[in-house]
Order: sequence, then C-alpha cells, then structure tokens
Amino acid sequence: MKKEFKVIAGLLPNNTRVLDVGCGDGSLMSFLREEKNIEVRGLELNQENVQQCISKGLPVIQGNAETELHQFPDQSFDYVVLSQTLQAFYNPEEVLKNLLRIGKAVIVSIPNFGYWKVRMKLLFFGVMPVTKTLPNTWYNTPNLHMCTIKDLFKFCDEKNINIKQVVGVNEDKTSLIKKSNLEIKNLFSKLGIFLIG
Amino acid sequence: MPSLAGLFFWMNVKIEDINKIIVKKPLKLDCGKTINNFPLAYETYGKLNANKDNAILVFHALTGDQFVTGTNPITNKEGWWITAVGPGKAIDTDKYFVICANVIGGCMGSLGPKDTNPENNQPYGLDFPVITIKDMVKAQESLLEHLGIKKLLCATGGSMGGMQLLQFCATFPDKAFSAVPIACSSSHSAQNIALNELARQAIMADPVWDNGKYVSKKVQPKNGLAVARMVGHISYLSEKGMQEKFGRKLQEKADYEFSFNADFQVESYLRHQGYAFVERFDANSILYITRAMDYFDLSKQYKGGLVEAFKNQNTKFLVISFSSDWLYTTKENKDIVIALNASGADVSYSEIITDKGHDSFLLNELEFLKTLKGFIDSMYEKFKNEKRI
Repeated sequence: MKKEFKVIAGLLPNNTRVLDVGCGDGSLMSFLREEKNIEVRGLELNQENVQQCISKGLPVIQGNAETELHQFPDQSFDYVVLSQTLQAFYNPEEVLKNLLRIGKAVIVSIPNFGYWKVRMKLLFFGVMPVTKTLPNTWYNTPNLHMCTIKDLFKFCDEKNINIKQVVGVNEDKTSLIKKSNLEIKNLFSKLGIFLIG
Repeated sequence: MPSLAGLFFWMNVKIEDINKIIVKKPLKLDCGKTINNFPLAYETYGKLNANKDNAILVFHALTGDQFVTGTNPITNKEGWWITAVGPGKAIDTDKYFVICANVIGGCMGSLGPKDTNPENNQPYGLDFPVITIKDMVKAQESLLEHLGIKKLLCATGGSMGGMQLLQFCATFPDKAFSAVPIACSSSHSAQNIALNELARQAIMADPVWDNGKYVSKKVQPKNGLAVARMVGHISYLSEKGMQEKFGRKLQEKADYEFSFNADFQVESYLRHQGYAFVERFDANSILYITRAMDYFDLSKQYKGGLVEAFKNQNTKFLVISFSSDWLYTTKENKDIVIALNASGADVSYSEIITDKGHDSFLLNELEFLKTLKGFIDSMYEKFKNEKRI
C-alpha cells in the first residue's frame, strides 16, 4: 500500500465508521476493514472501480462527490477521508464544508504545489510543473484549484476549521508539520495530510 | 381449495405439472379480506446445500412468472432471466439454490382472478380481492418456511420484483443477508400510474372483457390485452434504443402500403409482442397486478417515511439502475440509496450506462451482470464466514 494510505490508516482509530470519498478500487477501504475493524463506506465515480469494490464486498456508492455528498446525513461518520482530490473540485470550499458536516473529523490529503521541485519548474523553466504527484500537463489536468500546504493551513485558519494534525510526506519519510516548521516543510513535502474538524 | 384444472384454457399445459404449495395459514390482505388454503406456485433451480446458506430468492416483475431460467414448460420459451440465472451465470445455479414464486394475483399457478371462487364456484373475475405488493411478499414468506430456509443469502428482483424486494426487507428485516433491488422505486410515480391506467383501460375497453366475466366463457379479451402489452413494451425501451433498433425501417416491404397494416418495423414488433402475450397471460391478472404496483408506496406504510422503513436493517444492499430507464429512473433508485444511507444501512449503488432502457436488466448487459455476480459471490463468502462465527 502506498505511504499516503499508511499515514491515513495510522490517523484512524480502530472500530470507527469511515467514509472514503473517491475510494478508487477500494484498497484503502480493504486495509481499514481488515486491519483496523473499521466500518467503511465508499463514494466513487468510476464504474470499473465501483465494480471492483463491490466484488471485494466493500460497500460503495457510485456518484460524484461534487454534487452528491448531500445524501449523507450530518455527523453520520466518525471520519471522512478525501485523498488527493480536493484540488479537482469546482468548489473545494463547498465540498470541504460538506465533509465536515458528514464526519466528526476529516482527513484531507493534497499534492503540495509548494514542493521545491514544483516551484523550480515554474521559476527556472517557466512551465507548468509536471511531477510524479502532478503527472498531467496544463491542458489535461483535472486539477482546477492547486494549493500548497501553507495555503490549506491559511484556509483552515480563516474559516475557523480546527487543525488537529498535519503530516508531510516525501517518498518514504513522514514528518509532523506545525506552524513553527511550516515554511520548511512546505518546501520539502510532496504531500500534505490534514486531520481537521 | 379452488380447482385449477382446466383453467389454463388457452394453453396446452397440465397445471398439475407446476410445483406448488397450498398455503394453509390465513393471509390477511391489506384490503381487509383474508385468504387461506390458497395455491402458491414456485420453481427452484440448483441445490440447497446442507448449511442452507446458498438460497437466493428472485421476485418476478409484472408479466414474469416463476420460470426464471431454463425452458418455461408452459410457453416452451426461455425463462425470463436466462441472461442472469443458470449454470456459470451471474447467479450461478451450480453454486446457489434459486427460488422464484408466482405472485398471488398472477396466472401461472398461484391464486389469481381466473381461479374458482369457492363461495359460488364461479371464476373470481373482479370478485378477486385487490391485492398489494405487501400481500404478494407475505405469501412468498410462507414458501421460505415450507422450504425450511431461515435466512436467504440474497433476495433480488427488477422492476416490480425490486418493489417486492424492498417490501420484503422492510417487513422481514432478518430474512435476507443481502439484497439487490434493480431498476425499481419505493413508490409508483404519477407517470407509472398513468401508464398502468392506460393498460387497464385498454383491457376494459375490449367488449370481450365483459367486466372481467370472460373467464367463464372461456375467451380472453385479446385485443385489449395486446394493446396493454404494447404500452408496456414502449415504456421498457428508451427513445435512443428504439430509434437505433427500428428507426423508420419498413417491415418486409419496399415502400408504404398506404394502409393501416404494420408498415413500420416498430409497429410489427409491437403487434407481435402484444399478440404473443395474450397466449400466456390473463387480462384480469394485469388489472390486479398493475393495481398492486400503483398502490405501492413504502414510505406511506411507515411514519417517518422511507428512512423509518429501512430502520434496523442488517441486510447488505446493492441498488442498481440503468441510465436510459425512464420508467424507473436513476433518480428514483437513488432515493432508495439515500434513504438506506440515512438509516445507516450497508448500501452499495451502481448506475449502469446503457441505451437499452428499463429492459436492460433482462438483457445481456455485461457491466450489469458483472456487478451482480461480484456482489453475490462476495456476499456468499461473507455469509459463510458469519455463519461459521
């Protein structure tokens, strides 16, 4: 399993109820169910992924998180997980608001646009960055609202969203991000994983 | 017990050949009347294993019957769900024990309006009590009891079969480990009621129908019933599907005939479907079953609506809809998912993208069948494990 999922799994206590928004083929859900006895539910747009989840016996609802989160009642999950998709929504603020309504806490991971290699691409080559975590070019990227770890920190502050923990991921290394080390971690983390709410 | 022999006057079949039980337990119908000692016809496929944990109950749709797969011995045609049920199919009869019963009000061996009313020894006709989806489902529960099945691995059904299934889960929350409602609704929409009314009015407008008393004259209001079936067939297809299948193609002719014969292929298709149907179905049964569908409103039965209907469900659901189905739309199916979600039930949902309309669940729709198979097989593994623990 990828490092990101290991970090997310580490943030989730056993025996809880978790909604995985954009659950893909269900690999995180499978892990959570088997290793942590977590009651999982998924929301996924892609038909093939939905089929794979169903074959694994994982409960998944085919649908679009942008428009269909309203179907989940308030505070119906202990945690809601959103992995690397916040930046792809038309209205990430609205989606985040919905996630916080549905879950008692929310885990959001973002590809960090503040990562040094990303900054270099733009600064020295003058082109939109293409990296391992951001593999698409400007004209076919699904990412509409790129942000940095620092941006999301600021956003949570402004919207009075409580940040419980932030983990930076760079390949196999992880580190806790606090306000005190934010500038440096924003430069050296490929991914930011936020536990909020 | 009403005498059934000889009542299939338009079919060359011996009714004794059909499997049935006589339900002795009185069944109080929603209309207030009670029926007892009534026949319930059914068919099974595959073998029930020693643990009795491989049973799947299939609920049939409006014009379906208990002959799910193989050859229907009455019509000599393929079973109505041969695409999904059979050896090696999505619902694999080499592995699972599949049960299907003819609904009460029907005409394939279960108590229906063409049977003899013991009060006057005449065919019931319109003296048959108005039945509901709930009545149908309660009758079928007696069959499970008879077969000694405490808990089904899965229950499934499309269209009216899906409606029966939702009712079954609400009324008997512990009877199914998993459930797959397909292309259905938790309450009949105005459009669906309107289409059913069209079917009924077509039958009633046929003078042969004679207020439902045609049975004793051993005739059938064929014209009315055929039109009723044509209405149904239009609603089972999608606009795009119909255009692609028929377009403006002419039926075995080079040009218009300047007559009212079936010039267009689509006309010929509808006429064929309509008149083939009268050979196997009873007109009064259509009246009764469409009425049951129209009366179906699960949220009306429970204070607090649909969420309350699904409260305390341990059943694991998979709801499936088809993108081009305008009879039981994706929206209606999603409303079921939302209610199940709100009640905390374990629910999956998939919308199959297809041009084939409502009929899709009966066709060889690969994505649909793959999803169905994946779900049922994974549920079997879970159910076995749960039973072991």
